[in-house]
Amino acid sequence: MRDRMSGNEAVAFAMKQIDPDVMGAFPITPSTEIPQYFSKYIADGEVHTEFVAVESEHSAMSTCIGASAAGARAITATSSAGLAYMWELLYVAASSRLPIVMAVVNRALTGPININNDHSDSMGCRDSGWIQIYAENNQEVYDNYIQAMPVAEHCRLPIMICQDGFITSHAVENIELLEDEQVRSFVGEYDPEHYLLKKDEPLAVGPYGISPYYMEIKKGQAEAMKESRTRIYEVAEAFAKISGRSYGMIEEYMMDDADFAVVLIGSSAGTAKAAAHGLREAGIKAGVIKVRVFRPFPWEELRKALRGVKAVAVMDKSEGFSGWGGPLFAETRAALYDLEESARPLLQSLVYGLGGRDVTVSTFEAIYEDLARTAEAGTVEHIYRHVGVRGDEEGIQG
Amino acid sequence: MGNTVEIRWHGRGGQGAKTACLLLADAAFNSGKQVQGFPEYGPERMGAPITAYNRISEGGSGSSVHSNIYNPDFVVVVDETLLKSVDVTAGLSENGAIIVNSRKSPQEVRRQLRGYKGKVCTVDAGSISQETLGRNIPNTPMLAAAVEVSHVIDKDRFLADMEGSLRHKFASKPQVVEGNMRALRMSMKQLKVG
Repeated sequence: MRDRMSGNEAVAFAMKQIDPDVMGAFPITPSTEIPQYFSKYIADGEVHTEFVAVESEHSAMSTCIGASAAGARAITATSSAGLAYMWELLYVAASSRLPIVMAVVNRALTGPININNDHSDSMGCRDSGWIQIYAENNQEVYDNYIQAMPVAEHCRLPIMICQDGFITSHAVENIELLEDEQVRSFVGEYDPEHYLLKKDEPLAVGPYGISPYYMEIKKGQAEAMKESRTRIYEVAEAFAKISGRSYGMIEEYMMDDADFAVVLIGSSAGTAKAAAHGLREAGIKAGVIKVRVFRPFPWEELRKALRGVKAVAVMDKSEGFSGWGGPLFAETRAALYDLEESARPLLQSLVYGLGGRDVTVSTFEAIYEDLARTAEAGTVEHIYRHVGVRGDEEGIQG
Repeated sequence: MGNTVEIRWHGRGGQGAKTACLLLADAAFNSGKQVQGFPEYGPERMGAPITAYNRISEGGSGSSVHSNIYNPDFVVVVDETLLKSVDVTAGLSENGAIIVNSRKSPQEVRRQLRGYKGKVCTVDAGSISQETLGRNIPNTPMLAAAVEVSHVIDKDRFLADMEGSLRHKFASKPQVVEGNMRALRMSMKQLKVG
């Protein structure tokens, strides 16, 4: 079905097509519209979901944990401070192995107060044991949401389906929707093996994990996360059969013979593609790698895709405060450690787009120009830089 | 990206510039285009300057760019008091046009435009909306003016399409449909080009 809608509508529409059992949610900009649209579907009798209107995000996640432990399909949506307020429960959900699906509409964290997009909210909880999948546009966030439950329920891990606040959540774009029947048969019925309401199998969820058991639980989570990549590929392959749209852990754009590449997450990847496309016409071999799945980290895919590229900028839309680059940079750099020296690209960290700072095609052109200079010099002058900061002489302007 | 038309809207919070931008995206979508319609969000409140954007392309996969628009082909100004405080023609293509909601002539408005050399159009959207809708809701006439000047959508198709959506939206209030359709037609007719 050809249609047009905003990223928030696309997620709410996917939720409607899936018709999950329970939604616990508390509104926060820019994800508010998701429970808002979804509540209307409930009020109109189009879905059978139990909506639990709570007084905070802490309770929203608690609701999901309770519902999921009971054996229900549980969903929520949040952003920024709302996600931060869920923090301790994120770990409870993950360690209890509850396949909760959360729509995250990425927004900066407060300090100073800001409602616009960056990835500091979901990057902050990257180590909480949730699978994280990011989208470039409305089509992708819809497609990712439909793939979420088949991945999460198989791996028994919770999953975040992320999109960029306002940039895609509030932008109307064309979209291809699947038929309700296609979605329902793709997602299937949720039939967990163990759950609280199974009367013949008494079960405790979330008990105290004393030292002799705690590490076994954590190792189990770690193994599940490692294995989840196989399931992510399987689900993507099945999804391609019904939609004609292919997904992997990363997307490579013009990378086959690229000399210069940017690695990034989310909506700005589309802007980078437009810049790379333009530069290719001028004979400059520019490429883009979009990281779709950040947890588990696509280290093998990145190592393969970046082998032999001359110079690479790894771009983080969050400030890690590590003193030498953001989280995507640190992990990408680690993934390249085992490459032989001749195949290892010159790598630098660029922090960009914080608090909604706009990034344009010409910004990317400036980045590619800088990469070309780096390749020419054969050395990275400043490993850790920022993009578009006024008066920043070490940074990239454009 | 050469076939993508970019439009920037300037208005004040509460005047419906964002709605007009989304309506234009809708109308262009209905005529088979690839569209983007998105407002720029900040600490917006009633009366504060706001900006909204459209990218409209023929077929294909559309534009993958996700940034604001700095070099638009067309600019639509829903509130002419913004001419004093906002550089509305910033980056505007000289082969394009600016459309201002104003009673003034294009020549008079041009004097406020810091040397812009492209086409200047004016339409008295306030009066049109008072006359047809009984209220000052300038966005409907400005939407029609944007279509008339930019040619991003075939005019007859646009009018037929708007009538369809309005009839659907205001099924219980047919007089609203009539008023809006008159506002659209009147604006296309009264538009002054200079």
